[in-house]
Amino acid sequence: MQQDAETPRDVEAGSGGTTQGTERTNRRSILQVRNLEVSFGPASSPVLHNVSFDLRAGERVAIVGQSGSGKSTTIGAILRLLPGSGRISKGQILLDGDDLAAMSESRMRSIRGRRIGLVPQDPMSNLNPSMKVGAQIADALAANGLRGGADIKRRTVELMSEAGIPDAQRRYGQYPHEFSGGMRQRVLIAIALAGEPELLIADEPTSALDVTVQRQILNHLQTLVDARGTSLLFVTHDLGLAADRTDRIIVMSEGRIVEVGTPAQILLAPQEEYTQRLVAAAPSVAATAAATVAPSSSVPAAVLNTGAPRQVAVEPILCVRNLRKEFRLRGQRGSLVTAVDDVSFTVARGTTTAIVGESGSGKTTVARMILGLENPTGGEALIEGKSITGSNASDRRGLRRRVQPVFQDPYGSLDPTFSIERLIDEPLRIFKVGGKQSRLQRVAELLDQVALPRTVAQRRPNELSGGQRQRVAIARALALEPELIICDEAVSALDVLVQDQILSLLADLQQRLGLTYLFITHDLAVVRQIAHNVVVMKSGKVIENGDVDQVFLAPQDDYTKELLGAIPGAAFAS
Amino acid sequence: MIRYVATRLWQSALTLVLASIVVFVGVRALPGDPALAMAGEEATPAQLAIVRAQLGLDQSVPHQYFAFLGKLLHGDFGNSTRTGTPVTDLIATTLPVTLWLSAYAIVVAVIVGIVFGVIAERFRGRWPEWITNGFALIGLSVPNFWLGILAILYLAVTLGWFPASGYVDVVANPLKGLYYLTLPAVILGTSLAAVIMRQTRASMIETMKTDYVRTANAKGLGAGRVLFRYGLRNSLIVVVTIVGLQLGGLISGAVVTERIFALPGFGKLTLDAVFTRDYPVIQAVVLVITLSYIVINLAVDILYSVVNPKIRVGGSN
Repeated sequence: MQQDAETPRDVEAGSGGTTQGTERTNRRSILQVRNLEVSFGPASSPVLHNVSFDLRAGERVAIVGQSGSGKSTTIGAILRLLPGSGRISKGQILLDGDDLAAMSESRMRSIRGRRIGLVPQDPMSNLNPSMKVGAQIADALAANGLRGGADIKRRTVELMSEAGIPDAQRRYGQYPHEFSGGMRQRVLIAIALAGEPELLIADEPTSALDVTVQRQILNHLQTLVDARGTSLLFVTHDLGLAADRTDRIIVMSEGRIVEVGTPAQILLAPQEEYTQRLVAAAPSVAATAAATVAPSSSVPAAVLNTGAPRQVAVEPILCVRNLRKEFRLRGQRGSLVTAVDDVSFTVARGTTTAIVGESGSGKTTVARMILGLENPTGGEALIEGKSITGSNASDRRGLRRRVQPVFQDPYGSLDPTFSIERLIDEPLRIFKVGGKQSRLQRVAELLDQVALPRTVAQRRPNELSGGQRQRVAIARALALEPELIICDEAVSALDVLVQDQILSLLADLQQRLGLTYLFITHDLAVVRQIAHNVVVMKSGKVIENGDVDQVFLAPQDDYTKELLGAIPGAAFAS
Repeated sequence: MIRYVATRLWQSALTLVLASIVVFVGVRALPGDPALAMAGEEATPAQLAIVRAQLGLDQSVPHQYFAFLGKLLHGDFGNSTRTGTPVTDLIATTLPVTLWLSAYAIVVAVIVGIVFGVIAERFRGRWPEWITNGFALIGLSVPNFWLGILAILYLAVTLGWFPASGYVDVVANPLKGLYYLTLPAVILGTSLAAVIMRQTRASMIETMKTDYVRTANAKGLGAGRVLFRYGLRNSLIVVVTIVGLQLGGLISGAVVTERIFALPGFGKLTLDAVFTRDYPVIQAVVLVITLSYIVINLAVDILYSVVNPKIRVGGSN
């Protein structure tokens, strides 16, 4: 469980990574990080240890690591925008020979934007909500010395068009909330490029976006960066993405550099044990590997599937027939949005079916209707022949016992004021299962099943890491011995290694308890790793439906092909 | 937006009617008799009956209410039972005093509150914050009348910087008028300023931690621009809401402040009317106060949508 830890652990100063030769070695270094150490608070031990690397002109370098690995702290230090009490306690950050670590704040302001641009992580939270997007880009231009209202406006519209925002002239005057996530990320790219910096830092620029949008944006960013000869420091947790997009990968863990190398070196011949684990767990790489090599090859990802029976089971536990859901648009009388449109599929007992689709595809609405949290406009979702919404109260109670959800956000779905014991015990209490003593015994068993130490029973959710919390959520779902578990993006908020552990746990539980899973996800790589059958959804409709191997190896629909093609890391699969 | 305003206006009208009923029944439930107050302690029962009939108090309460409502629709609040002056005249002379006082107090409170709030946030953990926090503590905990008396004692009597009491028409003589109102406005605005300061500080602390402020810094913007366009502007969304909720309290605060500084305002009119059971005046005063609450809330909602583009109804999508 140690890998679940969210906060960086203090380890002894490791050896700083040395820069490996690449095809761009002959170019000059524009950024040299030397023995960088970052600490928070006055007397605490550092969270970054001895981090050293070089970045050459025009080079693209990725920093890969899990949350808490220090990758964001590293870029925070380079930009001198460390949160809270963070400070550089040792080392140098040389930008063309000038030490950023020792520079005054006012000189630093002239470096930011003009020489180092930042494309931040979350497009939803990085734009000022009370300011028009055009003005926010114009701000960056003005800060970098452009004068004259008309010139600034013209250049802003230009930048927006370059960043791939259609109808920039009109959208110039809109507010961030009128933009989709992908469009906001384009605005942020326009802001980062406004000052024509020689170094662009992209901090997980697309991790919040759908995979096809992610690909569009990254392709676009790459074109812009290449055209300008800008160096790119690309921070990501996705090894496949790093391999696809950069010349060199720096792997970080627990505040130090573990390994540095070209994508081929890191993915195909990782030297360090940590990197090896990371490569093995990276679902994207593994998934495409499985897809391109052979359906039954035992690449790391396939390990999970070996236990569960592959053949189609005879009796379906869940039968979704012509399910339909319309939502009324607020404030516009009579206009309806069809979120789910004539969706039908069945799930066989003891198997895993994944519903995959991008945001807005209706996959979560389907799950909510199966759980009885939403009434269908048409059609039905039958669990062993009965529908939750169509049943009387006592039948409904019985059905609810048999179907349990595990949700995406392990932080939001557990009441922070409850102890873990109480959280897991709650469904037992609601359904009046056994006496107090036997219930406590059951909670202990459940903790064993999800591989959590029994001692966590008295702790509260905020004392647990994301992975541990998701284990608690699974234990709670298992409490009533359900037959069907609906996992709505249950692993998307977790780091790869943790994600891998949870997926293993789910596979293991399926084998031992004969569970059936309906797995809602946007991540095709995860589908490949865990599911037997897959339902591909787009705009409320089922696009493709079938055996995972079939869909991955011989996708019929263009949209499925596009989704599969957008999985990063495919080039390193074989 | 038009539909939104129409709905709000309709709700406001309903609120006014309900308030008028409550106050109408309410004043009549109070102990005390306006006829007795008018005719004097020695009046005979017959004399009292005559006065009651003159005032229409011999009728049933619903009857009286509809008569009152009928006159009200013609803009007639009736006459004061105490002085016989038309109530509308009384309001017309006293309301401006209170409005000027309140407006002045709001301006002072908003400026002082926001400036102190920003200072407190910028200098967290250092002496400027301690000073602003001290002001806030005093503003919130020391009652208005005590502050008012202290101000009169030291600033007016001892130092002679401000007049201790009195009112000069602001429209006729703006400079002198505002000068006379300064001390009362500052005193009246103190607690509001304290609330605004604490709110601004708390909200700024949160806002300055947001991703978009970090991004603004990463753009290379100057510190001032980041502070005001990105930090303060978004903090004000919360501040405006709080100020809106607090404004109602300003009117009741004005009653006390006017008393201390002997201002011939609405507060004084209210107090006198309540003490003498002057039913028409009390009714009118309550309706005007209700109306002002409604107008303030509407204004705050509109201001809110200006500060926060997200809630602009039927925006330019």
